[in-house]
Order: sequence, then structure tokens, then C-alpha cells
Amino acid sequence: MPHEGTRRRRRRRRALWPYLYALPAVGAMGFAFGYPLVQVVRDSFYAGSFDSPIWVGLDNYRGVIDDPEFRQSLQNNLKLLIAVPVMLGLGLAIALVLNDRIRGMRQYQAIVFLPYVLPATAIGIAFSYLLQQNGVLNTALRDAHLGALGQDWLGNSHLAIVSVGGLVVWQQLGFGVVVFTAALLSLPPETAEAARIDGAGWWSLQFRVLVPQILPIIELLTVIQVITVLSWVFNYVYVLTSGGPGYASSVMELYIWRSFSNGANGTAASVAVMLLGMASVLIGLSLWVRRRAEAL
Amino acid sequence: MNGVLGRRLVGLVARHAFLVIVSLAALYPLWFIVSTALKSNADYQLDPTGFPSHPTLSSLRAMIGDQPLPRWMWNSFLVTVSSVAISTLIALLAAYAAVFGRFRGYKVFLSTSVALMVVPPVTLLVPMFIFMIDRGWVNHLQSVVIFYSGLLVPFAVFFLANFFRTVPQELIEAASVEGAGPFTVLRRVVMPLSGAAAFTLVVVQAIWVWNELLIALVFLQDENARTLNAGLAQFQGRYSTNQPLVLAGALVSIAPVVLLYLSGQRFFVRGLTAGIGK
Repeated sequence: MPHEGTRRRRRRRRALWPYLYALPAVGAMGFAFGYPLVQVVRDSFYAGSFDSPIWVGLDNYRGVIDDPEFRQSLQNNLKLLIAVPVMLGLGLAIALVLNDRIRGMRQYQAIVFLPYVLPATAIGIAFSYLLQQNGVLNTALRDAHLGALGQDWLGNSHLAIVSVGGLVVWQQLGFGVVVFTAALLSLPPETAEAARIDGAGWWSLQFRVLVPQILPIIELLTVIQVITVLSWVFNYVYVLTSGGPGYASSVMELYIWRSFSNGANGTAASVAVMLLGMASVLIGLSLWVRRRAEAL
Repeated sequence: MNGVLGRRLVGLVARHAFLVIVSLAALYPLWFIVSTALKSNADYQLDPTGFPSHPTLSSLRAMIGDQPLPRWMWNSFLVTVSSVAISTLIALLAAYAAVFGRFRGYKVFLSTSVALMVVPPVTLLVPMFIFMIDRGWVNHLQSVVIFYSGLLVPFAVFFLANFFRTVPQELIEAASVEGAGPFTVLRRVVMPLSGAAAFTLVVVQAIWVWNELLIALVFLQDENARTLNAGLAQFQGRYSTNQPLVLAGALVSIAPVVLLYLSGQRFFVRGLTAGIGK
């Protein structure tokens, strides 16, 4: 055992090894995030191919804002926001029912969570066959003599983005269920017990006692899912509709990808910067909400 | 008394009915993929929703036996294993240093990781692509491996740091007092305790890499360099009149994920929801 004095001295001197150990991670994050984040802002002020860029100032931004395809894409991202209350509301309902110590709770939870882990590509392809004009859903509706309800789910310019939203809800629902169930299970049973003794019914127990206690988690998940529908839906759109018909179901990510595939790097970069601006506000919000959720 | 019991029974039935409907909705698309992959194209065109009464493995055999699908699977496998290995190793060292070494600025480092976890990769795409072009790495697997590894580090750091906080500080101190260096402590004390956490982290990262589409689509445009998901997305357009064949491919891409999920569901749930709360 080292002498008390040397131990204290060793503690006062800051060791070098933590810096060495953290270095690769700092380097990796600098490379994968730091470098491109700085570079994308720079790229957004240039036009032309990447080996001979021309400074154009804010022209890329002006061009994008005037582009009806971009406006449609942004609008679709905003429309997808409706999916957030739907999946969180339904997720909360399922979690509350599971929380009644229902038989088979683990099995139900495992099934509902399964879609969340599957590759969006394979799932998107399956949904595209289900939703096609002559697809499974319309055929089933016809067979049930409900043919009037049949729609061109992917080919109708108003419905295509709704179908995308449906797919997002289908895949992301289980995430909310699992998070809410865990939060509900971690609550101290005494408050619910006390409410029951006071004669609270099922509904008032849920919405006056349980839900308020997990409110910070609901807020955090809301912010995270808003970030998801604004900036992580490329896979769904690409596989389900490719943004079509025309660009009726395009989203900002797809717009970036399309501009970029057409060689318009500056345009792609300027939309990336705008998306990043929105995401930053939400990321800031999520850090703030997270602090409250962690205090739970 | 009978009324109360009756009400309770109705409530119970209603709850199970609700959960069964939700479960069926969650499982149906999966059933659709499996049943269609087992049908011949002619059977599918006649009756797309029906039970595969004459199951055939011909679509699956065509997918697994013929190029390019096996090549894509191999690519996906290589990319997944190397990206996850690199990011886990990097994050392991950094999280250990942040929690037990407490270097100057470790708090900023950890909250930066949390913030970077939700940065949409699409915003990083253009500069990274130009970077890869400059080095001639486009169409080579290392382009996505390097980028994926970097993208995974923030979550891995966050996840491991959270886990390390639960390791009793006394264990570390006891080992250090006996003269063990930081790497020995990591290897002999911390890592043996981290088995379950490390496994969870590996599973979550592997799923993320295996399922990734956008970056793979852009960085690997060569037919032979594609990953499974990027390849499948192309297949969909090419074989638009042979749904069983395409869904056989989809089944191949889903199967490893589902098998992994069935074998360790709790690891998935714990890992994938780790970004929330504690």
C-alpha cells in the first residue's frame, strides 16, 4: 500500500492516461461530425461541381426557398408531425393497459416492439405491395364488399404521404410502448395504492395519478420523435414511394439526396444546413427535457 | 357482487382484445413477407393474401443461390462486424476514461455525445461523400465502415458511460491501490463486469448498421459493393412483377435480425431504449 502522502500527491496531479484513452473517440467524433458539420455550412455557399466550386453567397438558399419541390418536401415533413401524437397516444394507451399487470404482458410487449428492430427497407417493400393500387389491402377491401373504401394509397398525391406516416407509426409504435411501460413500472406503487383507497376509478387513476408522474418521459419522447419525423424518415419514403407521385410525398432528406444525385451539391448542402438548424433547436430542447426526465 | 365481477370480466376481455388487435397489426406484414416468399409467382398473382397452400422454396433458393445477393450479404456482414468492433473499442476506452479518469472537460465530452446521438446523418452526407471521392474510397467498403464507426461512437460512449457509473468506485480504487495500471483495471476489473452491457451495445449497433440505407446507397453505387439493404432497394424496382422473389430477398435481410431478437429480446429492449432516461 502506498504511503498516504504519495497517494494524495498522485491524486492532485492530473493523470495523462484519461486524455490518451479519450483521444480516439474525440478524433472519431471530430471526423464523422465535426468536419462535415463545418464543411456543409461552407459548401452551402458554393455552387458547381466539388472540384471547381464557385462562391455564390446565399443563392443556394434563395433557389431552394423558391423551389416548389422543396416547399412540398418541407410541408410533408410538417404533415408527418401528426404521426407523433398518434404513435405516442396509442403507445401510451397500450402501456397503460399492460401496466395493469395483465397476463402475457412480456409477450405482448415483445410482439409490439418487434417492428422497431426490423430493417425499414424490407418492411417498406412489403408495405408497398400491401398498399399498391392492385395490392393486398385494396383486394381485401373488394373481397369484403368494401371496395368503395379502396384508394390508390401510394399513387394518389394526397394519400402517399399519409401512407408514409402510417408506416412510420407502425414501425415506431413499439418504442413508445416499451419506454412508457418501463417508466410506469418504475413508479412507486404507494401513490396508486393511495388513490385506489380514496376510491379513484380506472380512468382517473391513469390520468390523474400515473400519467402526470411520467410526464417528463412523455416530453422527452415527443422531442425525440419530432426529430425522427423531421430528419430520419428517408428509408420509409425512398422505399415506399420514392417521393412520388412526382414529388408529392418527398421530404427534406429525399430532396437533399435528389439534389446531390443530380450533382447540385450546393443546393443539397443548403437544405442540410436548414435541416440542421431545425434539428439543433430540437436537440437543445431534448437536452433540457432530458435533464428533467433523468430527475424522475 | 355479480355486477362487479361481470364488469371486471368485460374489462379484462376488452383489454386482451385491444392487445390482440395491436399484436396482429404488428405481426401481419411479417407474415405477409414469409407467406409470399414461400409462394410461386403464379400463386401470388392469383391469391396474394391466401395461405401458401403449395409452399415452394424456389424464390428463396434463387435469391440465396444466385449472385448478387450472397455477395451483398457478405458485404453487409463485413461492414457490420468491422464498424461495430471499431466503434465499441473506441467508445470503451473513452467512456472508461470519462467515468474513472475524469479528465478535464469530461462532462462536456459526455453531453456532446448525447447531443450528437440525434444529429441526422443526412446533414453530414455531402462533405463525407466528397471526402471519400478525394481518397478514391467510393465503392469500397472502408468508406461506409469508417463513417459508420464514427457515427456510432456518441451512442456507444453514452451507453457505456451510463453503465460504468453503476460499477462501484471502490473496486477500481482497490485495484489501483494494488498497483494495477489503468489498462489492467479496465481489462481485469471493468470488462468482466460489463459482459451484458457490452453485448447489448453490440446488438444495438449491429442492428443499426445492418439496417442503414441512405449512406450505403450513396457511398456504394457499384453493384458488387452494395450492402444487402441498398441492394434490395434496387431489386424492388427491377423485379416489380415478381413479388415473391423480392420478398424472399426481404426475408433474408430480416431473418438474422429476428433470430437475434428472439434469442435475446431483453437485450434489444434495454439497448434500444437506452437513449431515453437513465
